[in-house]
Amino acid sequence: MSDALQDKIPTFGGKGQKTEVGIAGGASALMGGPSRSAFEIAIIALVAVVIIGGAELLIRLFEVPLYIFPPPSAIGAALISEWPFLWPHLVTTICELLIGFSIGASIGFVLAAVITQFPFAEKIITPYILLLVTTPMLALVPLLVLQFGFGWEPRIIAVALASGPMVMINSATGFRRVDLAKIALAKSFGASTLQIFTKIRIPMAMPMIMVGMMIGSIFGLLTTVGAEMVGGAEGLGNRLNYYSSMIRMPQFFAVIVLLATIGITIYVIFFLIGKKWTSWES
Amino acid sequence: MNGAAGAVSDAHMPAKMRVEQASKIYQTKSGGVHALDNVSIDVREGEFLCLLGPSGCGKSTLLWSMAGLHGLTSGKISLGSDVINKPHPEIAMIFQEANLLPWRNLGRNIELPFEIKKQPPNRERIQKLLKRVGLEGFESKYPRELSGGMQQRASIVRSLAVDPSVLLMDEPFGALDAFTRDEMNLLIQEIWMETGKTIIFITHSIAEAVFLADRIVVMSARPGRIANIVDVDLPRPRPVKLQTTPDFLERVEAIKAMIDHRPNS
Repeated sequence: MSDALQDKIPTFGGKGQKTEVGIAGGASALMGGPSRSAFEIAIIALVAVVIIGGAELLIRLFEVPLYIFPPPSAIGAALISEWPFLWPHLVTTICELLIGFSIGASIGFVLAAVITQFPFAEKIITPYILLLVTTPMLALVPLLVLQFGFGWEPRIIAVALASGPMVMINSATGFRRVDLAKIALAKSFGASTLQIFTKIRIPMAMPMIMVGMMIGSIFGLLTTVGAEMVGGAEGLGNRLNYYSSMIRMPQFFAVIVLLATIGITIYVIFFLIGKKWTSWES
Repeated sequence: MNGAAGAVSDAHMPAKMRVEQASKIYQTKSGGVHALDNVSIDVREGEFLCLLGPSGCGKSTLLWSMAGLHGLTSGKISLGSDVINKPHPEIAMIFQEANLLPWRNLGRNIELPFEIKKQPPNRERIQKLLKRVGLEGFESKYPRELSGGMQQRASIVRSLAVDPSVLLMDEPFGALDAFTRDEMNLLIQEIWMETGKTIIFITHSIAEAVFLADRIVVMSARPGRIANIVDVDLPRPRPVKLQTTPDFLERVEAIKAMIDHRPNS
């Protein structure tokens, strides 16, 4: 395990403080980012035009065969012409991701909230959570397919298993950031344990919870597509297999464009939520 | 209520809060630490009492116990006829460094106690208090947008908004610069004179204690004990320039001598 990777994976217990700094740094990189001026956005758009136009030009100039790399215009055309066949798969992928992530994230969040209240139990459970975080849940898909068949169940289970531990481990880091003075403040006004939880602990942990949600959902997307490629009769991952086996590269890249769109949408959603709920920390 | 309140609060007035033989021992790996050793204080109704002492003298432990946030190892704390073993609605605490919630704006910070008590916020009272401390119109600001002094003024409003009769203040102005501190000391004196609250105020600054207090409980460390109780009968309202008068400086020196006379310091 490299140092960089170790920085990203929070360990529980003694070294919590140090890890938290690394995670918090990651948090600001993920959630914050510099705000951009209209000029910068224009430049970014210009670069996109140059890259797409350049690719189009070079591919046509050197007459790259369609099955090696299709020009952007062919990908766009494929996206439009294949749309009637693609959209049900897009819906399948999004549903699997949403359902799997919702299940995994809910369990991960609740587990983090509960377990951080019991330091001993936390120490016992942590290695197993780390195991879940580090093991690619994709590897379980063939096994799950044996159990549940080629339907949506194995994929949703895999997505939940991939995203849940990510949400849990980051939320737990957030919940461990206890500020005793703030808890004492709430107590001094007669707050109940539940009120301390909802009014102090959750808002305090929110920046880390959002990081967990974002990383977890991106892991979820990876696992959704991977599971569809390994053991699925439907979904965008399945389409990747299908089009590549038929050497229909424009259609293949059209699917990639859809996947990239889902990924960016996830990022934007969590960026906006994070901006609203965690801006107090910056 | 007026300035005479402090001077009048005499021995024949009933105790507002009573600390009886309070002891607290913290268990650590290297054995027990005797944070408080047999401390008894009668806090008079409406008085301004300062707890003064070096760090480690148990003054914070005592104050947190009076707030019902800490248990004692032995002894008893009572407010009137109520035994304090958990937070009491008549007692509000003001913490070091304001302790505002950074994710709430100032208005919502002040409404926190009402939310916890599941009461509608008393907006009229809040507005009056905000105006009194000069924070009117700042309700939508977040704590990070306010200076340290403004934050601490907001936390005073938060505590007073629910109209407690006892205010416990745990070194509230320790983190402020000297000018802001003088300003805050004047403000808290004025608020005390206007409202007649009973205030118990922790400080490690002798000058601050002499400036604010009717009585100063001087504490010594390890174990935390009461070394002396000093009456301060300076007339009120006390102006900032009082702090440079010979009488004031003499009182400060006398207390300093008491603390220095501890055998092993």
